[in-house]
Amino acid sequence: MSITINGKEIDVAANETVLQTARRAGIDIPHLCSLDWAPSPSASCRLCVVEVEGLPRLQTSCSLEARDGMSVQTHTPRILKARRAILELLIASHPQDCLTCVRAGGCELAVLAGDLGVRERRYVGAVKEHPIDISSPSLWRDPNKCVLCGRCVTMCHSVQGIGAIDFVGRGFQTRVAPGFSVGLNVSDCVYCGQCARVCPTGAIVERSHVEGVVAALADPDTVVVAQVAPAVPATLLERRTKTQDVHTMLERLAGALKHVGFDAVFDTSFAADVTVMEEATELLERIQDNGVLPMFTSCSPAWVHFVETHRPDLIPHLSTCKSPQQMAGALIKEIYPAYAGLGDKRLVVVSIMPCTAKKFEAQEQTGVDYVLTTRELDALWGRFGVDLAHFAEPAPLDAPFAQASGAGRLFAGSGGVMEAAVRTAHKLVTGHELEGGPRVNEARGSEGARHFTIAAAGVDLNLAVVNGLGRLQETLDDLLAGDPPVHFVEVMSCPGGCVGGGGQPYDTDGDAVHERLERLYDADKRSSLRTSHDNADVRALYEDVLGRPLGEVAHRLLHREYVDRRPAVDSVSV
Amino acid sequence: MATADEIIAARGELTREQLIPLLQEIQEAEGFVSQAAMSRLAEALRTPVSRVYGVATFYNQFRFAPLGEHVIQVCRGTACHVKESLALAQHLKRRLKLRDDGSSADGRFTIISVACLGACSIAPVIKLDGEFYGHLTVERLDALLDEVEAGAEAAA
Ligand code: SF4
Ligand code: SF4
Ligand code: FES
Repeated sequence: MSITINGKEIDVAANETVLQTARRAGIDIPHLCSLDWAPSPSASCRLCVVEVEGLPRLQTSCSLEARDGMSVQTHTPRILKARRAILELLIASHPQDCLTCVRAGGCELAVLAGDLGVRERRYVGAVKEHPIDISSPSLWRDPNKCVLCGRCVTMCHSVQGIGAIDFVGRGFQTRVAPGFSVGLNVSDCVYCGQCARVCPTGAIVERSHVEGVVAALADPDTVVVAQVAPAVPATLLERRTKTQDVHTMLERLAGALKHVGFDAVFDTSFAADVTVMEEATELLERIQDNGVLPMFTSCSPAWVHFVETHRPDLIPHLSTCKSPQQMAGALIKEIYPAYAGLGDKRLVVVSIMPCTAKKFEAQEQTGVDYVLTTRELDALWGRFGVDLAHFAEPAPLDAPFAQASGAGRLFAGSGGVMEAAVRTAHKLVTGHELEGGPRVNEARGSEGARHFTIAAAGVDLNLAVVNGLGRLQETLDDLLAGDPPVHFVEVMSCPGGCVGGGGQPYDTDGDAVHERLERLYDADKRSSLRTSHDNADVRALYEDVLGRPLGEVAHRLLHREYVDRRPAVDSVSV
Repeated sequence: MATADEIIAARGELTREQLIPLLQEIQEAEGFVSQAAMSRLAEALRTPVSRVYGVATFYNQFRFAPLGEHVIQVCRGTACHVKESLALAQHLKRRLKLRDDGSSADGRFTIISVACLGACSIAPVIKLDGEFYGHLTVERLDALLDEVEAGAEAAA
């Protein structure tokens, strides 16, 4: 099967839209309302119009299936004129604060205006006056900057299955907002940030912590340390850095962070190793003592928030382990001041995360003071003049939490917590490592829900990995009613896991997520340390401070409680 | 009168196509669509609250706050416009300290703008609690409101 685009014949894949075929052939058709991985549900922006031979009217290529023999033109004068007219209307009522907008320099709308040759505003429309919503600890919304493309609505409803926001009102008053136009903080939102990741403008952005971090760095009486989540180096490798190795990238990142004033840099994967010790032990205890099963992972704060706000009945199923971010924070605050002899200096912990929900988590718990998303790092580099692509001064990760296993790195991808936990659970149950090597193929992959069984010392562990909150809701009933009963379920809120998190670089195609996953697998493969329980720093930590997994000290530092956050029913009545 | 819960229950098996008819029926029964009613509807239809609210706000026919004791429909049709119905609407807004939801600050009056009341011959016209009042001026409107308010006090 093939179609002709601008006179060139191009093979088409099954169920592909003309927009997608063209993209594979290196032809970029502008599009706002569609996402590259999902057919456009609305085909409403009409920027993607093309001419199709035999059809008199322009067609929207995002909703046009590529059919064998079709002949398409993508950039004729007629099309260019139509697109330009659309864009001119789109920006007629757009706010005029582009210079100071968070998206300055990276705004899709501004780039489109340039591409389409819109270099002056010929129409000036009425000014929108929607209130800005800064109620959420994770995300800020400025509906005045919204172009009503609907991508966020697609992500929230169709991909994440939450549906916290939707189009509200009509005509000039149309806006995207939560139900009843309340603030995000009291809506159904779980703070996953998938809406922000795809917004073409500054209408939904993370709540920035950059200024707080810069102020802490400037204070001579404050010691500022960072912890870096494994998804972050796996992502920064996209920046024309000459290495493709996650660990090398992490050390370079540590070098750059120290250059801008951080006193120490830790690897959140270390805390992931600790999480594995605690969580695997908790799982085995629940199985032994007839505890509540299946046990669900608790690393993904948007998932935890989903349980607390939408399904508090599942709270007993959540592992009591804090997330690796909070375990790292708690350990740093407990141990580092004495270890590094900080005296009466203030200690500030900054975590660098692919996630917006982690900002909410940081507000609720005490381990972390500021959370910078992968995207916000750019603001930091900008402030201090760091060119990460050329910055080649690596620094080793800092003691006493310097070492991390390949298993801990895998936490950044869907299936990774499961794989790491299986490696260690097998060892705890049988006393020896997985036969056939540490790789757990069944946990890998990108399907929505993956079920598998691992036999360990006569016990069959029934396991499941759920990739994304949208898929979770399709499979939740099966998981709870599983026959044979399911023991352990990994849930990551974002598609692909943390590497596809809501704080990751803006992105409308899912491709980069797969590459990041591959880099994590590669990092694990090349690591000389593949299992959390063999991490010497983790062992030392248990010997010196924690005692044993689930022990008293571990319980105080590494475990948590949950609360039912459902709004009282009466609070929504008028 | 049937409550939102009863209306929803009466329908039995529900599909999302029934959202708009249900909203209409609830408004008919309760005078407006409350957030509680929309939340119930969302639950019953297994659809997010944001979708129910989004659909409801797309149509002008739905109200989201209860009606006041007295309902004033102000005609904004062409004939009335020419006879300065805008001045009447603005006066009502000032005198009654109208809130965003269209009701007076004390909640006793609700003002609804209407495309045309079909009484162009007596423009500018309003309908107060179902009665037409034509050939209005700001002064006559004031007198009318004074009367309504006095009547309420006398009854009290
Ligand atoms: S953060 Fe997630 S749940 Fe909240 S509005 Fe965005 S996509 Fe929806
Ligand atoms: S908030 Fe952003 S993604 Fe959502 S409709 Fe507006 S412009 Fe599109
Ligand atoms: S991208 Fe096709 S109509 Fe918007």
